[in-house]
Amino acid sequence: MSTTDTPKRSMRTPLGRVRNLGAAHSGTSDFWRQRLTAVAMTLLMIPVLVIIMMLLGRNQAGAAQILGSLPIAVIMLLFIIASAWHMKIGMQEVINDYVHNEKVKLVSMMLNNFFSIAVALASIYAILKLSSGV
Amino acid sequence: MALSIVHRATGIALYVGTLLLAWWLIAAASGPAAYANVQAFTGSIIGRLIVFGYTWALMHHMLSGIRHFVWDLGFGFKANEREALTWGALIGGIVLTVLIWIIAYAIGGGR
Repeated sequence: MSTTDTPKRSMRTPLGRVRNLGAAHSGTSDFWRQRLTAVAMTLLMIPVLVIIMMLLGRNQAGAAQILGSLPIAVIMLLFIIASAWHMKIGMQEVINDYVHNEKVKLVSMMLNNFFSIAVALASIYAILKLSSGV
Repeated sequence: MALSIVHRATGIALYVGTLLLAWWLIAAASGPAAYANVQAFTGSIIGRLIVFGYTWALMHHMLSGIRHFVWDLGFGFKANEREALTWGALIGGIVLTVLIWIIAYAIGGGR
């Protein structure tokens, strides 16, 4: 906000100053998504643990066959998407709390997004490749 | 009890640990040689310790998260309830981790 707009100098009314700056209707979206993805992962935890148990001690051919089957691939995809989203918001929270230098914060936020998206995409690509069998 | 910092610490550990998950999935999609590398790592002492630690971080973070969820819903704010939830997450996380590894060894060892 410009300095001419400070309450002492401005002729604008308080309402005029805040009009069009108010609620973007997205203030609680991260809060909501963090809980949404948390509940999703909690529900998916037992299926994911079962899948990992199924893969123990198997070689690549066996693992590829199991991971490539449709229901298992879908469970893994859901878990990957939920966890990548959850960890992106979580790390963002940590950065906001502990990093106070604006430039470092900006870079950290970017790296957080890059890391979360890269991990998610690499994992998703691997699952899709296993499912298509190429 | 002030365990919220443990919730954060386990969250950060899980964040970094997703690299292991991604490596494992990519290796499975790449071929036998790449997958053998992952198995050599997860089968080593250090690999096992890391995956064991990862299991605990995941179980603790999940139970601790459920504790936060209960608070979000407006329950469990009395002193004794807070203590019970916190100890439940702490002990439950360790119990679940040990349980998972016992099952894993029973299944994996039998193969």
